[in-house]
Amino acid sequence: MTTLLEARDVTKVFGGGLLDRNTTVALEDFSLAIDSDRPSITAVVGESGSGKTTLARLLLGLAAPTRGEVRYLGRDLQKMTQTEMRTFRRDVQVIFQDPYEVYNPFYRVDHVLTTPVSKFKLATSRAEANRLIEEVLKAVGLRPEETLGRFPHQLSGGQRQRVMVARALLLRPRLILADEPVSMVDASLRASILGALRAMNVERSISIIYITHDLATAYQISENIVVLYRGSVAEAGDVELVVKHPQHPYTQLLISSIPVASAERTWTTAEVADPAIQAAGQAGCKFADRCPSATPPCLRKPPPLFRTAPHRAVACYLYQNAPVLPGEELEAAFVTPAPPTQEISGPSQ
Amino acid sequence: MTTDALQVKDLVVHYHTPLGAVKAADHVHFALRADERLGLVGESGSGKSTMALAILRMIKPPGRIETGEVWLDGRNLMTLSEEEMRHVRLARIAMIPQGSMNSLNPVTRIRAQIADALRDHGVKLSRRQLGERVRDLLQSVGLTPQVAEMYPHQLSGGMKQRVCIAIAISLRPKVIIADEPTSALDVVVQKQVMETLARVQKDLGASVILVGHDMGLVAQFVDRLGVMYAGKLVEVSPVRDIFTKPLHPYTQMLIASLPSFAQKGVFRGIPGLAPLLRDLPPGCAFHPRCPQAFDRCQKEEPQPREVRPETWAACHLLP
Amino acid sequence: MDHASAPPRIAPRVAQPGRLAAAMRYGRRNPSLVVGIGLLLALVLFVGLGRVFVDTSKARPLSAPALQSPSLEYPFGTDRQGRDLLATMVAGTPLTLRIGFIAGFLGVGIGSILAFVAAYYRGALDAVIRGIADIGLTVPGLLVLIIIAVSIKESLTVDQMAVIVASLAWLNPTRTIRAQVLTLRERSYVEVARLSGMSGPEIIVKELMPNLLPYLGATLVNAVSNAILASIGLEVLGLGPIEAPTLGMTLYWVNYNAALINGWWWWWTAPIVIILLVFLGLFFLTVGLDEIANPRLRRAA
Repeated sequence: MTTLLEARDVTKVFGGGLLDRNTTVALEDFSLAIDSDRPSITAVVGESGSGKTTLARLLLGLAAPTRGEVRYLGRDLQKMTQTEMRTFRRDVQVIFQDPYEVYNPFYRVDHVLTTPVSKFKLATSRAEANRLIEEVLKAVGLRPEETLGRFPHQLSGGQRQRVMVARALLLRPRLILADEPVSMVDASLRASILGALRAMNVERSISIIYITHDLATAYQISENIVVLYRGSVAEAGDVELVVKHPQHPYTQLLISSIPVASAERTWTTAEVADPAIQAAGQAGCKFADRCPSATPPCLRKPPPLFRTAPHRAVACYLYQNAPVLPGEELEAAFVTPAPPTQEISGPSQ
Repeated sequence: MTTDALQVKDLVVHYHTPLGAVKAADHVHFALRADERLGLVGESGSGKSTMALAILRMIKPPGRIETGEVWLDGRNLMTLSEEEMRHVRLARIAMIPQGSMNSLNPVTRIRAQIADALRDHGVKLSRRQLGERVRDLLQSVGLTPQVAEMYPHQLSGGMKQRVCIAIAISLRPKVIIADEPTSALDVVVQKQVMETLARVQKDLGASVILVGHDMGLVAQFVDRLGVMYAGKLVEVSPVRDIFTKPLHPYTQMLIASLPSFAQKGVFRGIPGLAPLLRDLPPGCAFHPRCPQAFDRCQKEEPQPREVRPETWAACHLLP
Repeated sequence: MDHASAPPRIAPRVAQPGRLAAAMRYGRRNPSLVVGIGLLLALVLFVGLGRVFVDTSKARPLSAPALQSPSLEYPFGTDRQGRDLLATMVAGTPLTLRIGFIAGFLGVGIGSILAFVAAYYRGALDAVIRGIADIGLTVPGLLVLIIIAVSIKESLTVDQMAVIVASLAWLNPTRTIRAQVLTLRERSYVEVARLSGMSGPEIIVKELMPNLLPYLGATLVNAVSNAILASIGLEVLGLGPIEAPTLGMTLYWVNYNAALINGWWWWWTAPIVIILLVFLGLFFLTVGLDEIANPRLRRAA
């Protein structure tokens, strides 16, 4: 398998400079590889402090890892030439969380679409540029005559986010990194954005890394999932297995805390202790201080990933009888989905 | 017949902008029973936060409460003077505003912030008694006494929000309005904060109005749920019914759009966009997006009616 | 995907309500801006009409009988050297304003460039620029200006005054504009611009600067106001352009001739009233611009 984008044993530490003795390990020995042969959708799920935002920035080359490498098509991002970087910036696009902040309030929304067209020389004439822009807007279910020429505050959050997806499509990327793309969008408008992303994957063979704290939408859109806790992988694998039958105590806690929109009361589990506010330099498993199943070995050394099934891995000593999966091969636990055979409902406007 | 803790009658709130009047809340009418938890669910621009502020008469210009009554303890809050209203706020009806955990004074210890609220309402206690009261309050929200001596930046988001709950209940109000109390919090912490709120409500024998956009979160907490759209209350129904038998098309489509773990890969949103509140369509505000709209919907605005016991909805489709 | 039944949410682009009507409505919400512009326009009118109706050559000494109190022939009276004070005011006001504008523009111009460069690129460049500005700000400005003015042996021209004042006028703008740019550069749209292939200078000019225009405007007016004050201060001390009939120089002569004690009230009333109008105008303009620049200060309709 040739990899498109991968993180190899990436660690990111903040602080620890001359005058700052407090260090925070945002991400520790994290590895993930996205295959280039087949477009996939991978979800990375975590709460605040899990390192998911740091991971997004590292994968985009907006920050450099303290240790380890982020490679695109085999080349380390930090060592790329200008041309290689340009290719990377075309092939890997991002959708940010805040659909308002990403727009310069001084300009109309056309600005975010025309800028990449001119900077990456995607069109030779004005007419061709307009045609390209209208094409991508229609692809995400927006009507160009209702969208272009408006200022950001004149569009809804959902529309603004869809314009961002359209912008991502302009450059014909191979991978889109979506960082909480729907968390600031109204519930009834989320479906159209998620549907658009799914359609990108199916119709245009674009791989997607979907970073979120919301397990429900992650389940809806992805095939494989990685659950992060405090900078390390807690559990990963086929999203059906991980979400329906969680094995890591943290994943179980996460899923049981999700409020379900139904008359049944699902919040029945016992209260869990708050995480210790200062837990730097903690040896052993990072979840041990809150884990109802913690045992002394948990406090001594962090557990490796145990492969409890062909398509899942759990970093927990409860499963130490299973074979160990080296961190660098995390993606081996991923499921390879069958190519879509039935109709996928596209974005419903 | 249980008595009502709060009655909102025909409340209308408009924001007067240079481009016209924005009808943020339009003839909203509901009652909150004693010991009850009522949810107000809506998306952005639905008017739910406006409702919360209006009940406490905290609407600032260019917004204005045009008409309406809010009955609490046998008094119409709209007729009180500003001084009397100030006494009512916090002592009889308290609010946990949106983003309140970010509004804690960063340079004051928690103890002082809680004490401020008490002192401001004329509670005269000695320093030692004040300290005890603060400790009791912190304990009732599940925080250790050490928190009293801390500054806000030393606390996590969930802890800060629980401090805000403590301030809100410090004078033992009968009604608590919580506006998106957990919006910036992680899902695990969110559950803790909501459980704290539930416990506190039971201890006080108070009623709670929970305003939010996350239908799942609100549903797990409340007894009755009100759905707001374009400034109007379109449906009010007990939680046990609203998911099995939603009446209003907007409620139905909203529930259908929520991602569930039951079905994968189906993305159902509500087509179109919410109307501009200063330019509402004629008749029913939802008719442009409603798949079941017919000609009456364009002409006449539906009025809320009790369609089933305990269930009100405003829709022409209903008998 | 298309829902033909759903009308567009936003009204089609119709003509905006008349621009004049909109401006007048805004004026009601922002009275400071109106008052500021009004006062400054009044001064411009005074100078403009004055040029037409008054002979400015009478602003020189020995143009008129000395120490006349205001009369029909000399509406502002005359001073001890025989200057017609009305002509002096008409000739001198634009000179004082010119010093202020040149110094203000130079100051904010230099300050903005330094501020944008320092705030966007950070690192050593930022440290150096910030260091110089900080040290400069701690030194008492008037003292430095006095030293500079005194060490210039030849008599000063008005433009030389402007440059002297400008030499310190860039310090504060650099700091304040830098602070604003620092907050803006963290915005997501800057990141998006970078990811879209824009270069550093392009981002500064195209993304950051347009959002700062109201703030730059307010800073400019502030700088002009400070520059005028500094120049008047130097002139009153006798360190200004001796031959020019600027407002500050008139006050210098007022002092020199003890006009206050001698009861020649018309001599010092005219320049002081005009200076007052200048500063009030600039002040209200700053407050008005501040409200545009900072939406949080906006008052309700």
